[in-house]
Amino acid sequence: MRQIPDLFLTFARVGVTTFGGGYAMLPVLQREVVEAKQWATEEELADIYAIGQCTPGVIAVNVSTYIGYKKGRLPGAVAATFGVVFPSLVIITLITALIRNFSGIAWVQHALAGIRACVCALVFSSVIKLAKKAVPDLPAFLVFAAVFLLSLFTDVSNVVWVVAAGAAGVMIRRLAALRKKKGGDGT
Amino acid sequence: MIYLRLFWEFFKTGLFSVGGGLATLPFLYQMQAKTGWFTVADLSNMIAVSESTPGPMGINMATYTGYTVAGIPGALIAVAGEILPAFLIILIVYRLLDRFKTNRYVQDVLYGLRAASAAMILMAGLRVAQTALLDVPAWRVSGAFFELFRPLPILLAAAVFILYRKVGKHPLWYILASGLIGVLLKL
Repeated sequence: MRQIPDLFLTFARVGVTTFGGGYAMLPVLQREVVEAKQWATEEELADIYAIGQCTPGVIAVNVSTYIGYKKGRLPGAVAATFGVVFPSLVIITLITALIRNFSGIAWVQHALAGIRACVCALVFSSVIKLAKKAVPDLPAFLVFAAVFLLSLFTDVSNVVWVVAAGAAGVMIRRLAALRKKKGGDGT
Repeated sequence: MIYLRLFWEFFKTGLFSVGGGLATLPFLYQMQAKTGWFTVADLSNMIAVSESTPGPMGINMATYTGYTVAGIPGALIAVAGEILPAFLIILIVYRLLDRFKTNRYVQDVLYGLRAASAAMILMAGLRVAQTALLDVPAWRVSGAFFELFRPLPILLAAAVFILYRKVGKHPLWYILASGLIGVLLKL
């Protein structure tokens, strides 16, 4: 049972030392979880990342839940997951409270206006990076374009686009596989 | 009952956002449009704070939003809603890890989802950019097309975009520098 506080503290350390989550977290996890604690192997970690990318939600939560469950069943999973989000809860709450209390001051508003312009640039550069991986071929581009235009001109819930895009993914890939098979038989 | 709605909105976000990092942004944008709990300007502050503090971005965004809507209990509830889907899914697939990862239907669904996720983030990013870089109210009043653009923020965003893609470095530095430029130029 000594493992429960240890899981919490280790994952809290992972949470506080990573910026941005996802892949930024991988080196920290390798150091803390694989090398220092030996709670998982490199291969296991890679597997959990692959799962994290196939399942919804925050990858950090996938990883901490998996390793927490492996080491301490349900209490372990809760302790590790709470650990990884705990630093965010504290730090962001403090900063948000500060921003809300001081947002009336003129120079804070000027600073925030500058930051908002900067954020646009950061978001677009993330989208470009993401699209390079997420849109590998023409059918994927068609899904991308359809979802973009539909969400621009309608206000249907994103949930609908997610479900439809998942279904479209299955249809496109099954059709492509079928055609390949047929072509293969013909030769 | 604001807490229940907050939990439900973030549960949906956690369940349907795939791809990590900015994947929650389109859902937060729709939440903003639907509930009016926070402003679009709040949304870009959220991105800035989430990018420049440690911790997974999805969790940071949920904390910021939850706190803005309903204080500390709001932050806790939003984060709980955001992480619960990923937590439950890992507990469910824990034993089927290998089969799940290599299942061809999982791969096919993902093929569609990744493209849709990139499109949704692009669309939400454009909405955020609209408030930071354009001045729609002034344009509506005067009807003069050039009044639509805010020249200084557009220049700043362009400079950040080019530098960030050429030089790299952590987003935090660009956010801090842009805040400083905002104060100096009284943006």
